[in-house]
Amino acid sequence: MIKSVMVMNTQGKPRLSKFYDYQPVEKQQELIRSVFGVLCSRAENVSNFMEADSIFGPDTRLVYKHYATLYFVFVFDSSENELAMLDLIQVFVETLDKCFKNVCELDIVFSYSKLHTILDEIIFGGQVLETSSTEVIKAVEEISKLEAASSAIALVSKSVSSWRSR
Amino acid sequence: MGSQGGFGQSKEFLDLVKSIGEARSKAEEDRIVLHEIETLKRRISEPDTPKRKMKEYIIRLVYVEMLGHDASFGYIHAVKMTHDDSLSLKRTGYLAVTLFLNEDHDLIILIVNTIQKDLKSDNYLVVCAALNAVCRLINEETIPAVLPQVVELLGHSKEAVRKKAIMALHRFYQKSPSSVQHLVSNFRKRLCDNDPGVMGATLCPLFDLITIDVNSYKDLVISFVSILKQVAERRLPKSYDYHQMPAPFIQIRLLKIMALLGSGDKQASENMYTVVGDIFRKCDSSSNIGNAILYECICCVSSIYPNPKLIESAADVIARFLKSDSHNLKYMGIDALGRLIKTSPEIAEQHQLAVIDCLEDPDDTLKRKTFELLYKMTKSTNVEVIVDRMIDYMISINDNHYKTEIASRCVELAEQFAPSNHWFIQTMNKVFEHAGDLVNIKVAHNLMRLIAEGFGEDDDNADSQLRSSAVESYLRIIGEPKLPSVFLQVICWVLGEYGTADGKFSASYITGKLCDVAEAYSNDEIVKAYAVTSLMKISAFEIAAGRKVDMLPECQSLIEELSASHSTDLQQRAYELQAVIGLDARAVEIIMPSDASCEDIEVDKNLSFLNGYVQQAIEKGAQPYISENERSGMLNISNFRNQDQHEASSMHSLRFEAYELPKPSMPSRIPPVSLASTTELVPVPEPSYLRETQKVASSPSVSNADPSELRLLLDGVQKKWGRPTYSSSETSTSSSTSQKTVNGVSKVDATGTVNSKAHDNSYNSRKPQVEISPEKQKLAASLFGGSSKTDKRGSTVGHKAGKASSHAVEKPQTTKAPVKSTAVEKIVVQPPPDLLDLGETTVVSSSPPSVDPFKQLEGLIEPTQVTSSVNHGVVGANKSPDLMGLYVETDGSGPSTDDANPLSGLTNSAVKNVHEGTTTQLSKGPNTKHSLEKDALVRQMGVTPTSHNPNLFKDLLG
Repeated sequence: MIKSVMVMNTQGKPRLSKFYDYQPVEKQQELIRSVFGVLCSRAENVSNFMEADSIFGPDTRLVYKHYATLYFVFVFDSSENELAMLDLIQVFVETLDKCFKNVCELDIVFSYSKLHTILDEIIFGGQVLETSSTEVIKAVEEISKLEAASSAIALVSKSVSSWRSR
Repeated sequence: MGSQGGFGQSKEFLDLVKSIGEARSKAEEDRIVLHEIETLKRRISEPDTPKRKMKEYIIRLVYVEMLGHDASFGYIHAVKMTHDDSLSLKRTGYLAVTLFLNEDHDLIILIVNTIQKDLKSDNYLVVCAALNAVCRLINEETIPAVLPQVVELLGHSKEAVRKKAIMALHRFYQKSPSSVQHLVSNFRKRLCDNDPGVMGATLCPLFDLITIDVNSYKDLVISFVSILKQVAERRLPKSYDYHQMPAPFIQIRLLKIMALLGSGDKQASENMYTVVGDIFRKCDSSSNIGNAILYECICCVSSIYPNPKLIESAADVIARFLKSDSHNLKYMGIDALGRLIKTSPEIAEQHQLAVIDCLEDPDDTLKRKTFELLYKMTKSTNVEVIVDRMIDYMISINDNHYKTEIASRCVELAEQFAPSNHWFIQTMNKVFEHAGDLVNIKVAHNLMRLIAEGFGEDDDNADSQLRSSAVESYLRIIGEPKLPSVFLQVICWVLGEYGTADGKFSASYITGKLCDVAEAYSNDEIVKAYAVTSLMKISAFEIAAGRKVDMLPECQSLIEELSASHSTDLQQRAYELQAVIGLDARAVEIIMPSDASCEDIEVDKNLSFLNGYVQQAIEKGAQPYISENERSGMLNISNFRNQDQHEASSMHSLRFEAYELPKPSMPSRIPPVSLASTTELVPVPEPSYLRETQKVASSPSVSNADPSELRLLLDGVQKKWGRPTYSSSETSTSSSTSQKTVNGVSKVDATGTVNSKAHDNSYNSRKPQVEISPEKQKLAASLFGGSSKTDKRGSTVGHKAGKASSHAVEKPQTTKAPVKSTAVEKIVVQPPPDLLDLGETTVVSSSPPSVDPFKQLEGLIEPTQVTSSVNHGVVGANKSPDLMGLYVETDGSGPSTDDANPLSGLTNSAVKNVHEGTTTQLSKGPNTKHSLEKDALVRQMGVTPTSHNPNLFKDLLG
């Protein structure tokens, strides 16, 4: 099971954090900090895997990948395969790239909720849901289309009703 | 969720993000965020906030909380938002609550109703959003409220919903298995879903279920195998391909499940062989995900009932991983190797150089994985090298968590495989010195017990040797500054028990040292307590031996100081010491018998030794004791005090039952002390009290430790320690019984020896071509190659020379050198399987085809026999050149086949330069146009990103 997904920039600022087991806010911060502490001390051309039991408790590993200014970190237990997780990060980033057309850190910062939508289509309750970025994008687009439609209706109905009530 | 191109957020939010991004310090960031919180608090509670604004506020709250600030004031608004009809708002609400709340939060109760309603919605996106929330927010108590709806959704027309419903059920199962026990069959049913995605999703819960109970799912083996076959044969729609691999995540899951089902089950495993073999053959090893599947195949192969062909394929893949340039693949290779050596230990030797490269790699992850591998392959022959390496690494790292782990592994290996007492003590000293505060206190207790009990053999001589070598090394170390407390406790205890036992050191010398310790570590009461008790023991032994005890002045002052100590424990010990000194030799001997720390103390629960005293008291007119049962219910004024006590004990507040044996499971951080203090509470007449306490205190709780706890594996030690009974028994049969048994048993041993030698040599011979540092070779030899040889050697030594085992292990390295040089010219390299140190396989495969293997082997064996019988009185070391010469002779006639395996080990470094592109990055150049557009957009909105973070625009995949 995947325990957590984190995205942070190279200065250690969290850009996205999702914990599939509840962690209180302070604990989340502590975890992000310690993960960053370990990541930034690692050299360039070493493996992307780490045993994380000193941070997250027994039987946890983490896989990270460094893209431009961001670290993408997945934390999981022994029921997942490290190499596969590494590819899942790739799926996530590719999907972001397709959604935002050349994704950069700025997109991630500003499109916070969209990021969550995408992630929710890839990982669900700590399990891998979908690994095809085309499928993910399809789902996400459908959501935004319907959302746009529903909010338009809501807006109209609201403005009409408020107009009537006057 | 805004439009695709823009950011869909207001300028305010963008400004916030920007200013946080540009904050120069944490304090500045905090100030900005706190200001933002104030703004949000105000705005969010305004009555007529438009919904779209509200949505943004909630997102801003989530953002603020991600930065580590409390946003709890807004939780209720997020909850309210989930009630909204608009999909966009509802989703935002759900997103926020899943991030904000935990499943036990008070507000959950307000959401459950909404979730119930939404699970029944016509809009599948609403259902999905609700299912998402279900995974995070439903706890054991609320599961029944949504369970019927979720189960209903298993039959939903949209596969996305079915998939998520299965995962939600899985989540329920994880949270509370009992609440969905009756629904487990649904997972089986969904395995046959039309949609491969749904089928794939069911594999996750099935994996969990099978992990717990393998046997009830054996019937699914055929289904799993056929699914995997279909997936591997690309029967799934193209859309399930990932990087040209058909549904890799499903394959991985299936292989994991098969590994569970086939473990130790020959019949089930046989069904799997074909499909796993197919995957090995077909799998594309150039992509990351392909390697992931291959790795999973290896895990599967090493878990199921072994199949030689599959193991061979697995070994090939491991070789490829280890030779790869990618650290990730090396890591996987090492991990896979660690799994496979369980079934076929000889594989490790083929990769010795690669393993050593990994051990010396700067990558910490890889290094640790390699240590894990070494830990798994430790034998009595390579334990010294491995443990030394581990200790070196342990000293070099700062990570306390891992330091603790590696220290305990060192201790474990040392206890199991130590070749000699001396080495064992030295190793433990090193571990304690560098990680003393991190190791479990039990380790220290085990060490004390080991020193006290010896190895459980009836060889008193060896035991006393162990003790005196411990005492000597401790006396050397004791002067060093800042030793860990645990280590000092061990030192004090051992010095007290055995400091004067062998007569090498005088009592006053040891006493002086102990006083120094007590003085130097005056803050550490436990150490002081140990020191005082040790002082008492030494004086007691002196008195018992009839020698006069003169108190050193520093000892005297220590006692005085401690008698006035704030710690009652220290006080008591000091007084006890004084009391013991005043007694005569006979009494002292009873109180403090020499070397009796392992003797059981019989506790006389009935206090029968007091009978006389009681009798006397009764005769003098005292009230007879009324037992607790008789007392209960009686309200007698004269018994008031007893009654009081009785009531107290029945209320569990204080226990007055004397002499309850100390419970071993009690987490006694300071066992001797705490034991002493428990006895303190017990009202016992004076004389016996003293004796009892001392005895208990002098034998730390180890003696009655729970056998299941972490402890010395004494049975194992007995066999493995010093003289490996495994091989020595073989040797003894070979030298004493007839030729026939020799063919059966010891032939194997001898060939193993020779072959490993050959292997060592072949190694050296290639030194000029491929540069490998001599240290590395030596390391490799001591880790892998020398194994069987030293085993043999150790055994002969154990057989003949008794306790010379400690030398025996060092000898191979010294005697090897000349042998190597002679062998370099005429290397006749054996075919690969020769590297196996298990003899059986060697017999089968090592023989060159033209020569009758048995004849050749017999030729090898017979002279060995002779030498071993000739050398009967001689130290075993002489034997190795003989053997070597013999080997060269016999094999010189054999055909010189080329050796593939050392080569494959060596080419490792040569192949290194070949780049194995493993990660398929998107080869897309940075698109400046898009970046410029984004920049322009941001500027349009009035946000000007400054030069502080130009990187914000850098393409992640560029």
